[in-house]
Amino acid sequence: MITSPAKLKKNKILGMNSRNIEYIARYNARHLYPLVDDKLKTKRSAKNAGIAVPELLGVIESQWQLKNLHGMIGNWDKFVIKPTRGSGGKGILVITGRDSELYVKPNGSKLDLAAIRRHINNILSGLYSLGGKPDCVMLEALIEYDAVFNDYTYEGVPDLRIIVFKGFPVMAMLRCSTHASDGRANLHQGAIGVGLDLITGHSLFAVQHDRPIEKHPDTDKSFSELEIPGWDNILELASSCYEMTGLGYIGCDIVLDKQQGPVILELNARPGLAIQLASGHGLLERLHYVEGLDAETLELPPREKVRLVQSHY
Amino acid sequence: MSPRAQVYLLGFMLLLLGFGLVAYKSKALGLPITPSAYQTVWTIEAKVEFQAKGSEVKVSLALPKAQTNMDVLDETFSSSGYGFTVENINGHNRAIWSKRHAEGKQTLYYKLDVHQHQNHRAPLPVELSTEVKRPDWGGSRYESLRVVTASIIEQSRATSADRETFVAQLLKALNDPQNKDARLIRNILKDRSQMQTALELLAWADIPAHMLRGIYLKEDRSRMAAVELVEIYDGEHWLVFEPKTGSKGLPKNFLVWQRGDKSLIDVEGGTRSRVRFSTLENNVPKRHIALKQMGGEQAALMDYSIYSLPIEQQSVFKFILLMPVGALIVIFTRVVLGVRTAGTFMPILLAIAFVQTSLLSGVLIFLLILAVGLWVRSYLSRLDLLLVSRIAAVVVIVVGMMAMISIVSYKLGIEQALTVTFFPMIVIAWTIEHMSILWEDDGPVEVLIQTTGSLLVAIFCYIAMTNRYIEHWMFNFPELLLVLLGTIIILGHYTGYRVSELIRFRHMGQQ
Ligand SMILES: Nc1ncnc2c1ncn2[C@@H]1O[C@H](COP(=O)(O)OP(=O)(O)O)[C@@H](O)[C@H]1O
Ligand SMILES: [Mg+2]
Repeated sequence: MITSPAKLKKNKILGMNSRNIEYIARYNARHLYPLVDDKLKTKRSAKNAGIAVPELLGVIESQWQLKNLHGMIGNWDKFVIKPTRGSGGKGILVITGRDSELYVKPNGSKLDLAAIRRHINNILSGLYSLGGKPDCVMLEALIEYDAVFNDYTYEGVPDLRIIVFKGFPVMAMLRCSTHASDGRANLHQGAIGVGLDLITGHSLFAVQHDRPIEKHPDTDKSFSELEIPGWDNILELASSCYEMTGLGYIGCDIVLDKQQGPVILELNARPGLAIQLASGHGLLERLHYVEGLDAETLELPPREKVRLVQSHY
Repeated sequence: MSPRAQVYLLGFMLLLLGFGLVAYKSKALGLPITPSAYQTVWTIEAKVEFQAKGSEVKVSLALPKAQTNMDVLDETFSSSGYGFTVENINGHNRAIWSKRHAEGKQTLYYKLDVHQHQNHRAPLPVELSTEVKRPDWGGSRYESLRVVTASIIEQSRATSADRETFVAQLLKALNDPQNKDARLIRNILKDRSQMQTALELLAWADIPAHMLRGIYLKEDRSRMAAVELVEIYDGEHWLVFEPKTGSKGLPKNFLVWQRGDKSLIDVEGGTRSRVRFSTLENNVPKRHIALKQMGGEQAALMDYSIYSLPIEQQSVFKFILLMPVGALIVIFTRVVLGVRTAGTFMPILLAIAFVQTSLLSGVLIFLLILAVGLWVRSYLSRLDLLLVSRIAAVVVIVVGMMAMISIVSYKLGIEQALTVTFFPMIVIAWTIEHMSILWEDDGPVEVLIQTTGSLLVAIFCYIAMTNRYIEHWMFNFPELLLVLLGTIIILGHYTGYRVSELIRFRHMGQQ
């Protein structure tokens, strides 16, 4: 039922308190937070740095823009509505198709324009943002995920979560959405986390709600053969986010688009700890390794950093 | 110096300072650490308020009688700009404030510290006039009154054995809503208060009687009016009756303020005068009570810390000083145990409400409001409302529910639920909003986890805040705030595992 602190320490598990004080507070400067907490800002600076992101279709900043909502989204088939300052998948509405005037969600249920307007209203009044602050809404092009994931995800885009410490990718997992998570790949919502081998991009373990799982509950596909194509490029993309943001400890959410290839969905300054369960490894060992590197090594370009990490494990 | 070292240095310095001050205070001022070395002292404050007309003003307030079971330790009169004396008029002490010119709202205070002996009470001494002044009920106007009064007196006499039981019967009959005679009497004497009617009836029956005013010393109360009782003479002793129920005897924990004298307060040159009483229970070292009784300079020892504040503020402070304890518990449960709650400090507010309502009814009321609130909220979410108006709507519903709970429980005779007003309404409305989103996004299980977590932490806070020792320590040694601060700072730098993580990661390393 319960284990001892000594055992967790031996397995190099990173705990919440230690994450907050020894990593986030120490390596993430406060003034850099807005860049990642606001998805619009992230998108802008990623574009400037030449990093691929999903296309931005529009922004809604205030109530009065809702009058013209029909004129705005009336002709779109597929898009995503997001609070710019949301987290954990809260407030994200994915629309994958149309049924004349109705908008279809990944799980097949349909919404009318009024329901969408209501949802946008909620976002604007700060329902999903931290501390209830008023928020903006961004409309984003729907990502069409790479065919390799076809059987591993259900009704939603899987995303790769990579923890990047000082530019070194230290741990990775794939998050696959399920019926329960409603088109969003956030673990809180019941998505599955599949730990990935940093060298090969091959699957290690899978967990749902913090419990081990063998195959996808909706598609019945076993995760054991999963392997991510173009793995080194993905790691490099993640690594380059460090230079872009200056934040030492981040979680990069990357999706593989059919056309665009790997794109950055968002960055997190406070990435969760479940990734340790999915990989069956504690984070501390690798974090300590990076903390022990000399200043020169920390200056290496992303490609070299990925190489160094892979050769170490 | 690294931040870590700074945190520990600062934290331990605060701890040391806090404990040091407590130790010093306990030594130098002779304040014992354990509550058992303390005794209860009641501080009673009479607050006189009136509207001065702009001319000379003279205020006269009845002062409490010497009592056999209470020692008066200290008396203070506040009289900013007023001349002040205590006069003895016909054997009754009265405080007299006077001023040449006063205008607008005036406030005067009289404060009294008493110590109550354990249940030892001699009969009230006989020294009051036993003269009976029959009410002036002559003439045809009072014809019917005389008849019904004779009838009700006859009834009561028939069902009683002596004067004592007669008075009890009479008072009971007078307050019986079924009794036709009583109803008639009340109708004719409409302009009299219940107390006056009773006194006039007793006088008509030739029984020496007068009103007795006093206050209950039961709990910390603010702004209450004096309680009125009836006192009658049975030939040998004075006996006290509760005028509404007719029950006999001076209640326990009752401070007699005034016996027999006419008015509690007289104001010349002012209107709308009234007296309100506040009571506050203090625990004072036994030694200090002894010192106080001796009087003299040592009494100044009491003049330290929070005790020097006005009584209303004192009782507020008693409570406020407990909040940091709650905050420490919240931090501990979050950082060390890893309990998930809805809103970080919401459990403290809940705990405060529980202190007022008692634990069990508080928890039940909270769950009830939360459940109904969630249900209503799920309907509101379909109405296309803006977030602010939706929360405001939930506030209205929460308030309505509190009113209903109060009324229903009052009808059922449950007193505690009347205090639901202490529930933090706005916070509960937000909690409902937060929970309903949680329900939509993360499912009912997460709602259950967070509700249980919040309740658990609130109960921990409740237990700490109602603990006799903790209350005693915080009030007598506010220096402990430094200790709390130090502990909170050190906990803020705790990097160890949370207990919840010991469960979450229990399978790690087994594969
Ligand atoms: N443009 C998009 N196309 C398809 N799915 C998306 C898109 N944006 C987000 N999602 C889904 O929603 C999830 C959460 O999105 P993300 O931008 O990471 O927000 P959050 O900060 O709430 O985690 C993603 O994992 C993905 O499954
Ligand atoms: Mg995300």
